[in-house]
Amino acid sequence: MQAARQTLSTRIGSHGVLILYTLIALFPVFVIVTNSFKTRRAIFRDPLALPDEESFSLIGYETVMKQGDFFLYFQNSMIVTVASLFFILLFGAMAAFALAEYRFKGNTLMGLYLALGIMIPIRIGTVAILEMMVSTGLVNTLWALILVYTAQGLPLAVFILSEFMRGVSDDLKNAGRIDGLSEYKIFFRLVLPLVRPAMATVAVFNMIPIWNDLWFPLILAPAEETKTLTLGSQVFIGQFVTDWNAVLSALSLAILPVMVLYVIFSRQLIRGITSGAVK
Amino acid sequence: MATPSGQSKIRWHVVVFLAPAVLVYTAVMIYPLFNTMRLSFFNRIDQERVFVGLDNFRTLFGDAIWSDQFWNALGNNFWFFLIHMLVQNPIGIALAAILSSPRLRFAALYRTAIFVPTILSFVIVGFAWKLILSPIWGIAPDMLDAIGLKFLYAPWLGKEEYALTTLSLVSVWQFVGIPMMLIYAALLSIPEEILEAGECDGITGMAAFWKIKLPLILPSIGIISILTFVANFNAFDLIYAAQGALAGPDFSTDILGTFMYRTFFGFQLQLGDPHMGSAIASAMFLIILVGVCLYLFGIQRRLRTYQF
Repeated sequence: MQAARQTLSTRIGSHGVLILYTLIALFPVFVIVTNSFKTRRAIFRDPLALPDEESFSLIGYETVMKQGDFFLYFQNSMIVTVASLFFILLFGAMAAFALAEYRFKGNTLMGLYLALGIMIPIRIGTVAILEMMVSTGLVNTLWALILVYTAQGLPLAVFILSEFMRGVSDDLKNAGRIDGLSEYKIFFRLVLPLVRPAMATVAVFNMIPIWNDLWFPLILAPAEETKTLTLGSQVFIGQFVTDWNAVLSALSLAILPVMVLYVIFSRQLIRGITSGAVK
Repeated sequence: MATPSGQSKIRWHVVVFLAPAVLVYTAVMIYPLFNTMRLSFFNRIDQERVFVGLDNFRTLFGDAIWSDQFWNALGNNFWFFLIHMLVQNPIGIALAAILSSPRLRFAALYRTAIFVPTILSFVIVGFAWKLILSPIWGIAPDMLDAIGLKFLYAPWLGKEEYALTTLSLVSVWQFVGIPMMLIYAALLSIPEEILEAGECDGITGMAAFWKIKLPLILPSIGIISILTFVANFNAFDLIYAAQGALAGPDFSTDILGTFMYRTFFGFQLQLGDPHMGSAIASAMFLIILVGVCLYLFGIQRRLRTYQF
């Protein structure tokens, strides 16, 4: 009886703590999104209330749509993220396959060289990256960002994928070789489909930091036509500090795409982290 | 074994597989990294780039205008890191410990919800908290008022003595999900038999956590600490989004990332100076390198990893 009561109270305590922290985690998002649908008066009079018939207003969203080029920013972010992920996965998988499959001189050394970048942040080299992009004319193009994010994502991708590729059965590959498949076909037709779960993990790990990055868009591609959504909303909000409706709407619009991505990929992301892919 | 001339022919497919990754990685990451170190030994004199040896570092550490800013940023950065270690990681571990208790309902739901702030961009987080803590809007004072603690309220982000701590806590709020997930994974990987053996010896509940689970997850705590260290010492976005490049009020939230940005990119009236910027970047590189080495050779070796 004593033990049972204790477990019940522990269980209530656990849920209490978790509910409290969940509220802390979600509260700011909730406040921002609900207030973005309210009139200016209502935002200030009762910030915690939900919008009702009287206080409902889309004026903030109208301002945002008129002033900021959010569709362009969104498109830029999309292009940068998708292209970077494509290159990270393609190049990363190819290199991982070479490291996992073939014995050659300097194999271990190459692996270590590629792994260096896991711990060293690419931002340290920003000064030289900017000079390079200026001298190659890539500054203010989306290519500058794609290249940087690809380089940034490769080390961890190679590391995770090569672990997985070591697990692919040799018999399968040798059977392919006997059937006369070239090494390229073995990689693309046999190995790639088998490591798809690991590729998904790598993609999800890289997606959110690339989408959310502010540093490189600010430095390498601040032009109007190459602004990403993160930079675009930063600049927009900075200009409209006093227009609370517009700021709250812009924030909500910036939250929306990430939340959609998260809802779609959260299971993959959490499985990736908890399966020990980053150990 | 094989002589250089008699080597078996190059396996071109290996080269083809490796080349794209190695080229992009070397050209966009490693080369700029070293080039930045190299640039820190140069300066622009009369429109020409001249080798000046350690002069930039002498300016950075010797000239009071520079060195004050540098030490201020470094000190702030250590405070930023300390708060993460003292608040973020313990909360993360506690949440993970609760989440991993067996037969807990809605665990997946809590996990997903608590991870939400981590996926938001710094811009959203910075502005959202700025608005919530703002004295104009009044959400924070009203909420404190509701629990009778209104006297505690101050415009935290606008006061020199609180701004950095407030932003550190905002950053903690944002990233608590990461230690939580990693520790959660580590706790789940502890085999049931070990815990049952402990139960037979009468070790349950909190005692089981302190005596069995915590020693087993120490390696994960080590990894989290070094990840936190590296992330904190090249942080920039949150401070920039919330306080701007001048890291106000009066540089009280200036950390190495914002200091480097202001120096090399220029801001408002200050002209950009890539060479001094490189010198700061080199200093940051050194700090991160020392931290990583301390961890790899000092701490990680002493932590026992158990294979189950």
